[in-house]
Amino acid sequence: MFTIVDEAVLLLVIVCAIGALSIKDLVGAGILFGAYSFMMCMLWAVMGAVDVAFTEASVGAGVSTVLLIAAVFRTTRKTRD
Amino acid sequence: MRILGLLSCALLGALLIAIAADFPEWGDAHSPASEHLSPYFIEHTMEDTSVPNIVTSVLADYRGYDTMFETIVVFCAGIACFFLLGSYACAEPEERFYRSVETGVVLRFTGDARPRPDSPCFERIDPRWTPRDIIISMVGRIMVPFIQIYALYVVAHGHHSPGGGFQGGVILGAAFILLALSSNLRTMTRCIDHKVLGVLSALGVMIYAGVGVTCMVMGSNFLDYAALHTILGVSPVAARSLGILFVEVGVAMTVMATMVVIYNNVASAGRYEEGL
Repeated sequence: MFTIVDEAVLLLVIVCAIGALSIKDLVGAGILFGAYSFMMCMLWAVMGAVDVAFTEASVGAGVSTVLLIAAVFRTTRKTRD
Repeated sequence: MRILGLLSCALLGALLIAIAADFPEWGDAHSPASEHLSPYFIEHTMEDTSVPNIVTSVLADYRGYDTMFETIVVFCAGIACFFLLGSYACAEPEERFYRSVETGVVLRFTGDARPRPDSPCFERIDPRWTPRDIIISMVGRIMVPFIQIYALYVVAHGHHSPGGGFQGGVILGAAFILLALSSNLRTMTRCIDHKVLGVLSALGVMIYAGVGVTCMVMGSNFLDYAALHTILGVSPVAARSLGILFVEVGVAMTVMATMVVIYNNVASAGRYEEGL
């Protein structure tokens, strides 16, 4: 069932996760985290868990990205470490 | 310290991957999880609850007790955010900025001074003002009603298609957050006050628990919706389907209000006045 497209998406998930951890710009990290959630949503949909994919798309990629960016707006944009 | 952190991260990651190799294969029909309970749900959901989407019936009927406490967790998250960040003591910021619509001159007010509230000449602006982009505000205004209709569809149609209270509630909350993002926080607060949001988030939990208590009053177990059939005037099977709809509406109300409350508190540092 795991075709080459799924493996490419899985690779992108890992790249997004490492990117979100290592990037200095916190807004960028939030957006990368949203991209990570969207890739995970695609993986859930491929595996047939449509309800989980729907939740991931609305909560993970939608609202939590906005909440992260709102939190960055109230603190500092650059991370110190 | 950094090396220690990396080392523990790598060690725990290796442990996790080693354990994940022990999991049953994807779609394995003989794994313990799909040998005992899953066949019951797959075979009996239709005749027990008349709900085609098995996930919804497991979530809100067979495992309704879990979902009730998930809703309470969401409600508690909103309450915690409100108590940590909300500040009624300084509801009005010390200095406020008003911009003359015609000339673009910005006036700074301190203390109690302000222009007349109904004055068409001045608009309230945030300290970090960005020019109003007509495309963003118009697209946001056009999109919001459609997103809300879609959210209501997701809530009401959770029996037949993916979705339900949680997803629909989040989409409904996201519509209000989009309104706040595309214009400003005060526009959203004018549409839905933060006190209304607090009441809605508590009311959702109360609807869920109330349906359960009503089942108990009718002489059945907590959240056994079949007991509602005498009130609703339908067969016990259809009553379970309708009971799922009631609790989904409660979940959607709590989740929607909590999402907007968290956004309000985070974006405006608890003042509901100036924010993203």
